[in-house]
Amino acid sequence: MTVATSESVSVRVRDVHLSFGSNRVLRGVDLDVPRGATACVIGPSGSGKSTLLRTVNRLIEPDRGDVLLDGRSVRGDDPDALRQRVGMVFQQFNLFPHLSVLRNVTLALRRVRRLGEDEAVAVARAQLELVGLAAKADARPAQLSGGQQQRVAIARALALQPQVMLFDEATSALDPELVKGVLALMADLSAQGMTMIVVTHEMGFAREVADTVAFMDRGVVLEAGEPARIFESAEHPRLRRFLSQVL
Amino acid sequence: MDPLRTLWETFFDVDSMREALPEMLTVGLPNTLILAVSAALLGSVLGMALAVAGISRTRWLRWPARVYTDIFRGLPAAATILLIGVGLAPLGMRVWGPNPYPLGILALSLIAAAYIGEIFRSGIQSVEAAQLEGARALGLSWGTAMRVVIIPQGVRRVLPAWVNQLIALIKDSSLVYFLGLLASQRELFRIGQDYAANTGNQSALLLAGLFYLALTVPLTHAVNAIDRRLRQGRPAGAPDGDDDDLALAGAVEGSPR
Repeated sequence: MTVATSESVSVRVRDVHLSFGSNRVLRGVDLDVPRGATACVIGPSGSGKSTLLRTVNRLIEPDRGDVLLDGRSVRGDDPDALRQRVGMVFQQFNLFPHLSVLRNVTLALRRVRRLGEDEAVAVARAQLELVGLAAKADARPAQLSGGQQQRVAIARALALQPQVMLFDEATSALDPELVKGVLALMADLSAQGMTMIVVTHEMGFAREVADTVAFMDRGVVLEAGEPARIFESAEHPRLRRFLSQVL
Repeated sequence: MDPLRTLWETFFDVDSMREALPEMLTVGLPNTLILAVSAALLGSVLGMALAVAGISRTRWLRWPARVYTDIFRGLPAAATILLIGVGLAPLGMRVWGPNPYPLGILALSLIAAAYIGEIFRSGIQSVEAAQLEGARALGLSWGTAMRVVIIPQGVRRVLPAWVNQLIALIKDSSLVYFLGLLASQRELFRIGQDYAANTGNQSALLLAGLFYLALTVPLTHAVNAIDRRLRQGRPAGAPDGDDDDLALAGAVEGSPR
């Protein structure tokens, strides 16, 4: 599988704050992901992990703080242009059910990248080939298993040649036997040097694939570090309690 | 005379029907179709604009759409057609001469738009927010995301209700007779009514009714067919769990973690 690894950029999240009304979802989050590294964000439900991901590609605008790609703030960027650089994969895939698998992948290539029909189809087919689903190009998403749908969603994001990939609990909605294939694809992408931020409950994946693991609770990163240190010698009692419950 | 027989002849006099039939076919039917189809097209376009305005984050779009919908849904169709057809007639006279059709079609469209707008709006709003998020995450603008992702799905879900509105439109097109029609401008209802008034026999009007049924009943069944198909979904191939052979598909090269 080939991705434009040289294009990857580093990501820095700086003191990001966000409130929904009186609910303070993010309370000063910092996260550093060097170029080509994979950061796994773990933590209990409602700790702000998914919201944090959405501030990186500005699906949600933070109240305060900044996100830097390769050291440059993206706050002034056009959000639509930013999102071409930052791919995202969702828990529920968010494939477009009224379009074929192929059209799901070509849509942004045509409408955003302004590629011609032939070129878009060629890129999409190549990308589907890489996730092992070229044979499903003409199927509708509903005809695919969850694992296949998520792989299409990954292909759809990768087709735009992003410099960063965000994964929001990409395997949480999958039947257990389908999780492995998607995780393998993600691990592969990580090994190819894609900069990735992965919100996940898959501790095995975090331990083996991540360069950094960040533990979030109540809108802040309580502890971050190499997986071995996080999983073997966590300092914060809250993290130790969390790990004792999920491991 | 046998009262039953009288009753039968009042409604089912074949000669009266035969007399009215040519004009129904050559004048009434085309005119009804012109009115209904034009108003359906214009009403659907306006309705879509109302639907999008109705879900806008800007209150200056939302409010006018709301008020418009309340007014045109709340007035009797006959009143709206008279108000527009007669009220704007002097203006229409200057633009397209003494033809009540443009204003009739406009009035029918404005009424239909209010209903169709609500139908489209409910369909669009029924599309999960995650679809918009998925589209925006790919770099699509809000407008493009709405146009190619949200609206096509939303409209599909309300096709049955939309077709129902077209049926109502076919029937309401008979109301333009209020505006005064030349002989060549009469639609199905007016021709039936004229024959009935001239002869005192209702058979021609009943024939007009049969024409309406010939238009609306197939549409009703089309609605049911669409509805069934939407409910059951297209005959989908069962998901085949070939996720296991991912490793064979070339996606994992040398990093089997």
